[in-house]
Amino acid sequence: MYLDNSATTKPWQEVLQAYQEAASSYFGNPSSLHKPGVEAETLLNKARESVAGLLKTKTEEIVFTSGGTEGNNLAIKGTALEHRNRGRHLITTTVEHPSVKEAFWQLEAFGFEVTYVSVDREGRVRPEDIEKEVRDDTTLVSVIHVNNEIGTIQPIQEIGERLEKFPKLYFHTDHVQGAAHVPLDLYAAKVDLCTISGHKFHGVKGTGVLFMKEGTVLSPLFHGGTQEQTYRAGTENVPGITAMAKALRISRQRLATEEQRLCQLKDYLIHRLQEMEEAEVNTPNEGAAPHIVNVSFPGLKPEVIIQELTKRDFHLSTKSACSSKLQEPSAVVEAAGLGLARAESAIRASFSFDTTEQEITELLEIFHEIIPEMKKVMGAKR
Amino acid sequence: MKYDHILIRYGELALKGRNRSDFEKKLKENIQFAIREHPSCKVRRTYGRMMIELNEEKPGPVMEKLRHIFGISSFSLAMKANNEIEAIKEAALQAFLQHEGRKGTFKVSARRSYKPFPVRSQDLNQYIGGHILRNTDEVTVDVHHPDVEVVVEVREQGTYITCGRMAGSGGLPVGTAGKVALMLSGGIDSPVAGYLAMKRGAELEAVHFHSPPYTNERARKKVEDLTKILTSFGGRIRLHVVPFTELQKAIHANIPSNYAMTIMRRMMLRITEKIADKQNAKAIVNGESLGQVASQTLESMHTINEVTNMPILRPLITMDKQEVVEIAEKIGTYSTSVLPYEDCCTIFLPSDSVTKPRRDKAARFEEAFDFEPFIEETVKKVETLNIGSEEESADQQMDDLL
Repeated sequence: MYLDNSATTKPWQEVLQAYQEAASSYFGNPSSLHKPGVEAETLLNKARESVAGLLKTKTEEIVFTSGGTEGNNLAIKGTALEHRNRGRHLITTTVEHPSVKEAFWQLEAFGFEVTYVSVDREGRVRPEDIEKEVRDDTTLVSVIHVNNEIGTIQPIQEIGERLEKFPKLYFHTDHVQGAAHVPLDLYAAKVDLCTISGHKFHGVKGTGVLFMKEGTVLSPLFHGGTQEQTYRAGTENVPGITAMAKALRISRQRLATEEQRLCQLKDYLIHRLQEMEEAEVNTPNEGAAPHIVNVSFPGLKPEVIIQELTKRDFHLSTKSACSSKLQEPSAVVEAAGLGLARAESAIRASFSFDTTEQEITELLEIFHEIIPEMKKVMGAKR
Repeated sequence: MKYDHILIRYGELALKGRNRSDFEKKLKENIQFAIREHPSCKVRRTYGRMMIELNEEKPGPVMEKLRHIFGISSFSLAMKANNEIEAIKEAALQAFLQHEGRKGTFKVSARRSYKPFPVRSQDLNQYIGGHILRNTDEVTVDVHHPDVEVVVEVREQGTYITCGRMAGSGGLPVGTAGKVALMLSGGIDSPVAGYLAMKRGAELEAVHFHSPPYTNERARKKVEDLTKILTSFGGRIRLHVVPFTELQKAIHANIPSNYAMTIMRRMMLRITEKIADKQNAKAIVNGESLGQVASQTLESMHTINEVTNMPILRPLITMDKQEVVEIAEKIGTYSTSVLPYEDCCTIFLPSDSVTKPRRDKAARFEEAFDFEPFIEETVKKVETLNIGSEEESADQQMDDLL
């Protein structure tokens, strides 16, 4: 029972078939002049059109990347560096993914000034708090769309509308967790840059998209050829991109039929967890994505729970996979002001379109069995 | 109840006499071609109108395609009701409520072409207007400058209600003017010339000169892509790819370099004329603009034109480059056109071309070699592609992967 779909998803069969077919039949380098090259380029262009169509953007606004981390780094550092002569002030929040947070930390080391806007107890930032921090020399605002640890949806559209008053400022959102389950209307949300990762919606690893609204310029991180309108040099990952286009198409179809069911499943899990006296649910009841449930069992080490669950073939995680090997409390739960005890003991279940009610019921049964047991052993010390 | 029809209007001018049924038939075919990805949509001709039954298809993508079809003056989303006053009132209300955009004020314009319907137009206006007013808040009637005009047309087969209209592309349905051969390079101008010819109803036989290995696969692919873009304004287009290498080599070997370009253009015209004849095309279209480059001076046109008496249409003749670029951007060919691949006009071209060639000299130089066999051979080896037809299997294979 795989319930760590926020970390990564299992590629769908059709997606893998498309990958394999593209990798063997269209292996040419899209920049080559010969026939295999032209064919690979044609497939690449078609994939770009298809992705643009699904995201409701223009084809030229799609830059293929290697995934979420690259997209976030490219958007943030690329924008900050490109516009550094106009201003060196950047704004983000306290609940970002490590690939955003660490990119800002590096920029701080380079002499940029970064304002970290804090969030409420649901992990949500107030649009007016962001707007208040905008200065003349602000060049970039970056806000995560769906929080990867607790699932909170940020009011991206309202922030985008408020930031529209500042035409020289760029607005980036990390849409990695939202792309499959809570897709943004990018034009309506007024974002200039948006990061998406293919393996979060049953594509293959090493694929992603950075949406760059027409007129947006940034400084590339990789230099070399003129691929991706020179924003991202390097031979294009044609099979990966093909697979991602396929996965995105299927995701949209599945969302249309499964959205209600997933929401109900999430509510079911949250309500049943709230009935457990040992549990504190960190995911808000309202305004959260339909596929993430974060819960703390204060006093228990989350790693121990994960170990016991995985032994029973239920695979959950402690927090972001990008930080879960560090023995630190959840920065997101802490930033939401829910206290160290909850931050230290948070675990996350994240669904896919294939998750069933049966699986969730079994998970709850296991919780009821193992948590009181563990409490006896570990809880006494506190 | 929801919008389930699209009503299509076309200009009245072209609709005289026998033209009418040709015009309508072509337009219907072109619409069917444009919306072929929406197979459940049905296109019907009604008197002076065209109607698309959406049958559960989403209207947005269908309307986007209609915007590009020549011969349509405007179109609207429509709701259909039975010819009963209560049904009409309710449908009109729903049409108004579901209309997107500002709707603070409205007026009703009812027309009763089906006279056996017992309620007169004036009364219909009142009944329907009253019904909308009773069922909305803060909406008022403004007969002079309404935000929304609710148009109600009572016809024998039912009543159609529309709110607002979108402009079509105008022009004449592609195919109603007959066929032309378009000389299509990979540049900015010739696709625009093709587009403008289509606007006046011409069906295209595209002719492209390809000189492998001096021009590469990508240049050819680019022309295929451009042709494909042009199909969105009309229907399928045949692309004739002319293998030009041998003839170009012969020109290179036999003609003084300052006349090579002129002679090459003359050869291209001879070949295009032969293809046009074969396809029953009655004119040749190219992207020449007066004085733009050496081959497009009046002297040059005079000398090149000598080899054919088929009409050569030059839709861009009076346009500045910038005007052409604007159209190319509008129709979506620009970004493909500017891709940097050599075509047969740029390669082989000597830098010392005369800008004022003379007919007598050109004719004399041509006597240097027997070009007729080359032309025969070249025409024989022309490869013809059907762009826009579903049998482009490689394309289909790729689409399946996505």
